[in-house]
Amino acid sequence: MGYKKKTIILAIIAILLAALYIFYDLRGNIGYILPRRVIKVVAIMLTGGAIAFSTTVFMTITNNRILTPSVLGLDSLYMLVQTFIIFIFGANSLVMMSSNINYLVSIGIMILFSLILYRFLFRGEKNNIYFLLLIGMILGTFFGSFTDFMQVLIDPNEFMVAQDRMFASVNNVNTDLVYISIVIIVATLIYFMRFYKYLDVMALGKDEAINLGVPYDYIVKRLLIIVAILISVSTALIGPITFLGLLVVNVSYELMKTFRHFYIILGAVFISIIALIGGQFIVEKIFTFNTTISVIINFIGGIYFIYLLLKENKSW
Amino acid sequence: MVDIKNVFKLYNQKKVVDDVSLSIEKGTITSFIGPNGAGKSTLISMISRLIAKDNGEITIDGQDIMKTKNNELAKKISILKQSNSINLKLTVRELVGFGRFPYSQGKLTKEDQEKVDEAIDYMELGEIQNKYLDELSGGQRQRAHIAMVLAQDTEYILLDEPLNNLDMRHSVQIMKTLRRLVDELGKTILIVIHDINFASCYSDHIVALKDGKIIKHGRTCDVIDQCVLKDIYDMDIDIQNIDDKRICVYF
Repeated sequence: MGYKKKTIILAIIAILLAALYIFYDLRGNIGYILPRRVIKVVAIMLTGGAIAFSTTVFMTITNNRILTPSVLGLDSLYMLVQTFIIFIFGANSLVMMSSNINYLVSIGIMILFSLILYRFLFRGEKNNIYFLLLIGMILGTFFGSFTDFMQVLIDPNEFMVAQDRMFASVNNVNTDLVYISIVIIVATLIYFMRFYKYLDVMALGKDEAINLGVPYDYIVKRLLIIVAILISVSTALIGPITFLGLLVVNVSYELMKTFRHFYIILGAVFISIIALIGGQFIVEKIFTFNTTISVIINFIGGIYFIYLLLKENKSW
Repeated sequence: MVDIKNVFKLYNQKKVVDDVSLSIEKGTITSFIGPNGAGKSTLISMISRLIAKDNGEITIDGQDIMKTKNNELAKKISILKQSNSINLKLTVRELVGFGRFPYSQGKLTKEDQEKVDEAIDYMELGEIQNKYLDELSGGQRQRAHIAMVLAQDTEYILLDEPLNNLDMRHSVQIMKTLRRLVDELGKTILIVIHDINFASCYSDHIVALKDGKIIKHGRTCDVIDQCVLKDIYDMDIDIQNIDDKRICVYF
């Protein structure tokens, strides 16, 4: 079976699952339930798509299939922002209660952080991508520790609010935010289109890409900004869930067996949507909201990650 | 013509390439020889703009490589590095097709396909063109990479140790192909090579480097000389003439 066929089949499964999720057990006040479910599905598709897409791009830039954009430290920064707001203003403050303001503040800080980080790192001659990742990891750990520190100090009730933010969840997605996210994501994708043709070549490695006339450093900087924007949007929309990217992109590579980014990205996006909607379905119907979707994703993703490490180890 | 003027490269204050100037004629094979760490690979990487130079000027046909557009340069000069660890699911034909990227930006036209066919034929890869790279032997993979460089159809071809990990038969085959490229198609080839006998038998000019400096640059027969080689490698190398070829005996 070719990769084109597989892409179509994945798309069909994704659509069927979405339909199942929307129409399953549709009783009671349909006018209230239906729009809520639809907005959840749209939020899931946006987040899943954004994460799958940015992880694929990120893996191509770094030429490494076990790195995800979470090493840039954006997840930890998101948690830091949330905890910091609670620490300073309290859980009942306007910033915490109004999801619109919270969303915009979080996205703004995350994108600003990435821009400053890139600007700082790419200023000199040595624009080594691994140095960037190292700094991102260290800052991520720093943010994480700082978050922990503040969480220990705050009131236990307020800690509950902070903890709630730690896990991705689509149960209380705000409709307005979904609209804003669509605008940002579509704008980012339009900006991305001009770089699309370089992705396949960049997967050959830095030297080959330069040899074939790719303005490498320029493209990498732009792509990293795109990755940061998409990760920021999806994290602010439903919470930190970048681990999902590792899972879906690798499954997509295994399944598609091609180097063409068009199909790898589409495959990853559909797999991601399938995993998220399927996971959400399980959360709602089997666990009856006793757990959140990121717990399931992290569990399955963790197992797959260990499998990947063992497999890579064997091939040496 | 490739012109290199007073080029420097420093790694942590250590001069890896130290005030190198040389010019390379069109339509020749020039071999870069020298001990490990002499700066051969660094120099060739700078000529192909893979790494930035710290000082000096490099021009190709009068154009400064740092001021020329990436894409235009990619139609003029190509490089094949020594480590080709691509872990993608790629067939030989798809890899060779990448060589057309500077022309087609990813969408292969009919003309591109013809060039790909030519390159595959030239490297005799027709039978394995639809095999995946990870199914090939080292020699086949190396030939596939050279075919990609051929498809790129550049006047200047730079190769960094193309004979690494190849057996004698494949080494000879590749050197003969390179010779043909120069003689039949008028390409200019710069090659970093460790085996001085291959350099002696197949190149027109040899550049000998040591500690980042050029020790000797000249016609092959002038460089393959007992005194010169002693300077380069610090060992006594006996030179025998066999069938008009100068063969070094250093065992």
